[in-house]
Amino acid sequence: MIPELGHLALILAMATALGLAVVPLIGAARGQTTLMHFAHRAALVHATLVFAAFAALGYAFWANDFSVKYVASHSNSALPVAYRLAAVWGGHEGSMLLWLLMLALWTLAVSVFSRGLPQVLVARALAVMGMVAICFESFILFTSNPFSRLIPAAADGRDLNPLLQDPGMVLHPPMLYMGYVGFSVAFALAVSALLSGRMDAAWARWCRPWTIAAWASLTGGIALGSWWAYTELGWGGWWFWDPVENASFLPWLTGTALIHSLAVTEKRGQFKSWTALLAISSFALSLLGTFLVRSGVLTSVHAFATDPKRGVFILGLLVLVVGGSFLLFAWRAGRFAAPGTVAKGSREFWLLTNNALLCVATATVLLGTLYPLALDALGQGKISVGPPYFDAVFAPVGLALAMLLGFGAWSRWGEAMDVAKLRSLAPAAAGAIAAGALFAGAVRPFSWLGTLAVAVAGWLAMATLWHVVRRLRGSGSERWTTRLARQGGSYFGMQLAHLGVAVFIVGVACVKSAETTRDVPLQIGQAADVAGYQFRLRTLEDVQGPNYQAVRATIDVALPSGTQIVLAPEKRVYRVQTMPMTEAAIDSGLLRDVYVSMGEAISQSAWIFRVQVKPFVNWIWGGCVLMALGGLLAFADRRYRLVFRTGISAQPSAAVPAAAE
Amino acid sequence: MASLRVAAANYRLLGSALLFATAAFMVAPAQAQLRAAQEQSVHSNPRVMELAEQLRCLVCQNQTIAESNAALAVDFKNQIAQMIAAGKSDDEIMRFMVDRYGDFVLYRPPVKASTYLLWGGPMLFALLGAWVLLRRVRASSHAGLRSGEAAGNADDEARAEALLAGKEPHR
Repeated sequence: MIPELGHLALILAMATALGLAVVPLIGAARGQTTLMHFAHRAALVHATLVFAAFAALGYAFWANDFSVKYVASHSNSALPVAYRLAAVWGGHEGSMLLWLLMLALWTLAVSVFSRGLPQVLVARALAVMGMVAICFESFILFTSNPFSRLIPAAADGRDLNPLLQDPGMVLHPPMLYMGYVGFSVAFALAVSALLSGRMDAAWARWCRPWTIAAWASLTGGIALGSWWAYTELGWGGWWFWDPVENASFLPWLTGTALIHSLAVTEKRGQFKSWTALLAISSFALSLLGTFLVRSGVLTSVHAFATDPKRGVFILGLLVLVVGGSFLLFAWRAGRFAAPGTVAKGSREFWLLTNNALLCVATATVLLGTLYPLALDALGQGKISVGPPYFDAVFAPVGLALAMLLGFGAWSRWGEAMDVAKLRSLAPAAAGAIAAGALFAGAVRPFSWLGTLAVAVAGWLAMATLWHVVRRLRGSGSERWTTRLARQGGSYFGMQLAHLGVAVFIVGVACVKSAETTRDVPLQIGQAADVAGYQFRLRTLEDVQGPNYQAVRATIDVALPSGTQIVLAPEKRVYRVQTMPMTEAAIDSGLLRDVYVSMGEAISQSAWIFRVQVKPFVNWIWGGCVLMALGGLLAFADRRYRLVFRTGISAQPSAAVPAAAE
Repeated sequence: MASLRVAAANYRLLGSALLFATAAFMVAPAQAQLRAAQEQSVHSNPRVMELAEQLRCLVCQNQTIAESNAALAVDFKNQIAQMIAAGKSDDEIMRFMVDRYGDFVLYRPPVKASTYLLWGGPMLFALLGAWVLLRRVRASSHAGLRSGEAAGNADDEARAEALLAGKEPHR
């Protein structure tokens, strides 16, 4: 009964979305306030209905209702409750429902927090989000219904993929989707601005917190996914340039460009059409990612051809949404033409460079991701494009970007950079030399790329920190705490995120050039030395988990400092899917991780272990966390809150029909 | 490597010939030790891992040979180690793999007619980006002073402030 109610709620949600997509547009065209105001109520009802559908599916999982096909294929009565709920998004149908839920919640948030914006703009933006919702609701209802019944019901479920039974996997998809789908807000606002032909500083200021929030979630989501792969896949990798990973990285790249170009649009009124293009592209790439991941085209072009129903549907949506919005852009963006000047060395110059580099990076990753698919589809043979390619083409762009970042923060709007300014960057240059020298001295064998990368990180970190110091010290007699209090969240957010980039680069450079990986066979009692660490296998024992059986190895590790630690990796076999899983044992530290995972059994008393010492690996995720926190700080800036508050009081004055067209 | 395998076989022969009863007992650990020795020699050579990191495990879902523990990946690693022991160069080993399994096995796609665009693309993008950037900046310096635009912007921002403060209706 409950699943049917969920299904019904989804159908009603689609009907509501139809109203949301049409009525406010009519209202905006005719200037009728009541019709436009309908959007807010529709957004609320829509979000409630989608949430009800989602809750119904969650209930089916919680109650082990194996008469629901989706539950039977992705859960099991022995599955712990937390994973049973996470299993809601453990498969195709449920993750699409999660996508939709995120969209509905973002739509509701726009409706609640945007009352100060011109009503026409909000009405149109909500209508656009309604249209996207219709697309996904029809996709779910017609091709991927999670509420389909299984008759007769299964006695027990086929269990959740063991890879997904991990705390990281509970959080990763919601956070990632929150970011992915969050770009729909910038998209909707951009389309709305294109429709009305106006895009001003107020628009940009409105768009910024939404974009930053989506970007911060996406950053966190990607980092969680990477950390999950590191702990759960058992080979100690953290990024593989897998098409699925690239699918989330592409909107991140354009989203990063968008955040920066929005700053120019707000402060200088420039790059308007460019900003609109980036907003559309970010969401388009989110949709492309959904298509790549959900259509099966990645596993094989042929898998897609044998069951093309879902793929063709998403491809249709993609063409409709992307094509439609690009057409609109081509038709209307001319109105935003504001050539303006870009002085060499000015803030807008650096931001323009930033955008150019980020777009080159996006195009490159996109090319590498789609090339094998295109080649295969054209019958030109199968190739693999993997880490060696992406590392080679991405590293130069990424490092150039990080280097320019150091200049960017020191520049001013509309002013060319003078020699005095360059001189104040001396500490940054010193930071670069010190970091590079330290790295070159410590790491054997010598690595050019690693040294360069760490030098760039040192440059960026010092440029950032020195700027903050100078800002707080100032020239007057005020105490630094007063300056600290007066400085907005977006300033510190920016600096924190930039510092995060430096931290991230250090992590990547150290892991890439100085990690040690060995596969060592060990018998009970035997020891092996790897990179100054001694690993001695003490015992091997059988362990019974709630839904798996495991072999657990206990390994005594003698650290170079003389301290002893114990690591206990496991090899699990999950009963239902009989899939072997590697549970790595990791001793995490600020400066290095010791990582041990079990390879294969040699005999009852001997296994091959993969032993790794990874210097600075946690800096990779630490850098991402700093970036995401920077985003949150910027999001929390008083400037935007002020907008919200004055916005609500100013509502009557904003409710004036649009005469822009 | 080959000699180790032969040794293992001999050992087994010897064992079964001498003592039927203890053979089953003896063989397993002895074999294991030998195999362990073999594995150790395979994986202690960093060149094996370096090469294995560039090869795709054909039975896995997008993993390198180095990362995978699948039987096929282990075989590949052993094969690479044997070829290194036989004095083959990296190029020869890679060519052997491609001849057998096609370009698909390489994570670094070969440069040939069908991949010119893949390898040239990033460079083209970079040139395009630089061109757009230069054009934009040069157009600005031709436009000369930051006169009209700056004024227009000040205007724009002032209106934005007013609008956000709720003083002026949106036009």
